[in-house]
This record gives sequence, C-alpha cells and structure tokens, in this order.
Amino acid sequence: MKLTRSALILLGLLGLLLLAAILGPIWSPYDVGELSDNHLLPPSSHHWLGTDLHGRDLLTRLMYGARISLLVGFVGASISLLVGVVYGLIAGYTGGRVDNLMMRFVDVLYALPRIVLVIVLISLFDLKLKAMLDGTLFAPFATHARLLLLFVGLGLVEWLTLARIVRAQVLTIKERPFVLSSRLIGQSTPVILVRQILPQVLPIVITYLTLALPAVILEESFLSFLGLGVQAPLASWGTLLADGASMLNPVETPWWLIVFPAAVLVGCLLLFNLLGDQLRRMGADAGR
Amino acid sequence: MLSFVTRRLLSSIPVVLAVLALCFLLVRIAPGSPFATERALDPRTKAMLEEKFGLSGSLAEQLVRYGGNVLRGDLGDSLKFRGRTVAEIIGQSLPRSLLLGSISFSLALGLGVPLGAWAAAHYGRKTDSFLNSVALLTLSTPTFVLAPVSVLVFAFGLKLLPPAGWGTLSQLVLPAICLAIPFIGVCARLTRGGLLETLGSDFIRTARAKGVTETKLVYLHALRPAVLPLVAYAGPLAANILTGSLVIEEVFAVPGIGQFFVNGVINRDVFLVSGVVLVYCLLLLLFNLIADWLTALLDPRIRAAS
Repeated sequence: MKLTRSALILLGLLGLLLLAAILGPIWSPYDVGELSDNHLLPPSSHHWLGTDLHGRDLLTRLMYGARISLLVGFVGASISLLVGVVYGLIAGYTGGRVDNLMMRFVDVLYALPRIVLVIVLISLFDLKLKAMLDGTLFAPFATHARLLLLFVGLGLVEWLTLARIVRAQVLTIKERPFVLSSRLIGQSTPVILVRQILPQVLPIVITYLTLALPAVILEESFLSFLGLGVQAPLASWGTLLADGASMLNPVETPWWLIVFPAAVLVGCLLLFNLLGDQLRRMGADAGR
Repeated sequence: MLSFVTRRLLSSIPVVLAVLALCFLLVRIAPGSPFATERALDPRTKAMLEEKFGLSGSLAEQLVRYGGNVLRGDLGDSLKFRGRTVAEIIGQSLPRSLLLGSISFSLALGLGVPLGAWAAAHYGRKTDSFLNSVALLTLSTPTFVLAPVSVLVFAFGLKLLPPAGWGTLSQLVLPAICLAIPFIGVCARLTRGGLLETLGSDFIRTARAKGVTETKLVYLHALRPAVLPLVAYAGPLAANILTGSLVIEEVFAVPGIGQFFVNGVINRDVFLVSGVVLVYCLLLLLFNLIADWLTALLDPRIRAAS
C-alpha cells in the first residue's frame, strides 16, 4: 500500500502531537502542578498560552493532558478492537443459532443509552475499585482507579460496530476455498480463525481503529467535561476545557483558558478523522 | 405491520426491565449513601430513612419492591430533592429537554441532507471537496467544545444572545445550534454516500435516458432510496443528541432532565437515576422502532419481505 502525500502530512502531524505529549512536559520549564502567584496571566513570552486560576502554565498542562487523552484513546480503542474482533469472529464463524443470538444481543445494546450506563458505572465504582486494589500487588494503581474504569468502560462502548463489520466479513471469508481446504486437512477451529481468517479481516480492523480512536477521545473528554471522567491531579483536555468553561463570566473571561483547549481538541479529532478518511480511500482503491 | 410493531414492543419489555434492574443494583451497590450529609449520620436515623423510602432489607428485596412499584406506575420519591416524586421531576424537566432535542434533531437533518445532496450533485468538483471539508470540521467539533466557545463569542464578546437560562426564544438559539452542529456533518456525509451509490444504479440510467433533468434526478429520483442509511442513523442520532444534551444543559443552565440525571448519579439518588435511565431507554427504543418502520416504508424490497 502506497501512502499518498496528504496521508504522509497527516502522519507527520500525528508524530508531532505524540512528540509534544511525550517530550513536551520534560522540555517545559514549568512543572505541571507548580502553583505560582501569576494568576490568570494572558499569553505572553513567558507563558505562551497564559496561566490558569492557580498560576499554572496552560501549555504545560495541555501537553500533560495530551498524554492522558491519547492514552485513554489508544487503550480504550484497543479494548474495543479486541472485544469486537473476538466477538465478530466467533459469531460469524459459528453461524446458525449462536450467531443469531449474539447479533441480537448487539442489536439490543445498540438501542440502549450506553454512555449513560458508562456514567453510572464509572462514577459509582471508582471508590470500590480503589478499595479493592489497595493492599494487593496492584496498590500503586489504586490512585488511577478512575482511569482504569475509563479504559474499560469506553472500550466496552465502542466495540459493537466492529463486531458487526468483522462478522459480516467472516461470513463471506469462511466459504472461500482456502478456508475449506484448511478445514479439510484437519486444522482445528482456533487455528483456522487465527491463521486463516484473522489476517483477512485485519485491514478493515486497522481502518476502524482510526474511527474508534477519535470516538473514545471524544467520549473521555465529554465525561471529563461533566466532571465524571479523569480526576485531579490528573487532567485531560476535557478537564482543562471544563476548567475554562467554569470561568465564563460577563465581566472579564480569561478567553485563553477556553480557546486553546478547544482548539487542541478539535485539531486532534480532525486529524484522526482525516487520517481515517485517507486510509479508507486507500483501502477502497486497493480493493479495486 | 401491526404485528411487527407489537412483536418489537413485546420483545423490548425484558430488555427495559433488565436495564432498569442493572441500574438500580449498580447505584445501590456503589459506595456512598444517598442520605449522607456533612455530619456523620446516626445509624438509627439512617435505618429509619431507608425504611421510609423502601430501601431496607436485602438487595433482592429492595429490587423486587422497586420493580413492583415501577410496574404499577410508581417511580418512587427523589432522595435528594425532598418532597418531590421522580415522576414529577421527569414530568417537569423532560418536555424542556425534548423541545431542545427536537429542534436540534430537525436542524441536523434539515441542514445536513441538502448539504449532502448538493455535494453529491457536484461530485468530484470544488463544491464537493469544500462541502466535505466543512462536514468533517463540524463532525470533529463536539458539543461540549462548541458550547463554551459560543458563549464566549456570541454572548459575552458580541453580546448578541443571552449566555444562559431558559424561557425565551432567544435563550433557545445557542443551545439548539450547539447541539445540532456536530451532527450536521454526519448527516451530510451519510446523504452524500447514499446518493453517490444510488446515482450509479440502473433505474437512474433509465431515467437519464428518458430525459429527466439532472437536478430532478438527484433531488427527486435518487434521494428516496439514498436516505435509507440516514434513516437507520436516526436511532443513534437521537441517542447522541440525548447525551449531548447533558453538556448543553450544564453549560446553558437549562433545567432539563440531563441536569437531574448528572446530579442524581453524584448524589446516589437511586430512584431518580433509575427513573431517568428508564425514560432514556424507552425513548431510544421508540426511536429505533420508528426508524425501522420508516425503512420498511421507504424500501419496497424490505416491505415485500415482511
């Protein structure tokens, strides 16, 4: 598969974004939690994007936020990928009544307010999970219980579409000669699924990842905006935007606290959506 | 047709009950009590309160009691908003959310479909790629980003519209538009995709051969089968507008059902949360039912099959 020029540019931008998320906080002269007396300074040569209510540097906070937002995006999308692919493979390959039942279940979940259930799940089980982790081997993760719940909760929201796509693919692939012949020479079902069918559905799965990624990032920011997602001292882009929005007032609003987080979020979502478009177009061309 | 609707309604009942039970149990198992206050609560007072609201006994007993009440049409009392029943709260707040949601729903479809059709009619030309970029931009701009930015610009910057509140027509403008914009792009893309597929089919070639003008071809002949993917999206669209409404109500201080839901979750207000989830579930199931029914109405092939 040959990359088009615009795809290369988009990948370059993605690389820059990752670089800013990984190296940015190290390069920055400010510490993310460092409080100072420079409350609500507008952008200047010292603080490129200004400071917030507690005198923290906004650029530094945004780069730390990128770590959280992208991490939740990648892990959440990967979980949804895993669940969706396994579910779709099993349903499609087994066929018959099992397939029917499994897809009915997906239909039912489709018709439910899933994100609402995730809100209930996450905000209620945060403390419980923390208590469970404490005293075990995983105690260091206890402070990030909310983050773990976000990974799982959002991963479990996004797998439905993928399960449908993979199942539809498997239905046609399993009738193809090479699958029939591997069954004939006595390969077991798990081997056929992993060695024969999985490689065939992978391209579509990768394309889908570019759709799931912005979706999960968006949902995480949405939850954080409502105060139900990532919690202090961690901050994602959604949290930062919510911080800015809470400062809205008719007299003098620190506009930079709203405009910059908003721009970063929209830019990142746009980047992933454009990338997904490019990949799908290339996939369609390759399929021809 | 009637049997299709009854069958769907009947098969939805266990789903709704399962979700309701799950939600009730989740809130009850969760740490934290709906009766918690600043001071530590005396265990005897707590027991009395639980007794009063029907939350005493084992979880199974509570669930059975609640389920029975719901089936009899009683959604219980709010635990935090004392003296108000859940039915009363929903009855007051739901119409506001529905009004806002339906305006945004109409906006998303009313602007998205023509834009998508326009792009498809100019396939491969400058108009098409421009409209595509616009669609991509709107669907990458989530509601919760638009809301604070638009308040900043249109309410405080230009002083054109009120920043928050509920009751007057001008207070509706910003929330409705913010809620609709992300979905305009989605609708436009679905319409464009559907149209491009339809425009390649045989009956369009026939129509073109007998001399139908290009405009009529796109907007009259092709549009009907082309909106099918859009109709299928109506259910998820309703769901997205519903969740988007949570943020909009927060930012614009709209006293809708979403505000009560978010507060309810934080306060462990078990009857309020379960009641609102029940309403959300019913709404979405209804929307999916209408969408499926419309699909059958618009697509002669499915109509013949059922």
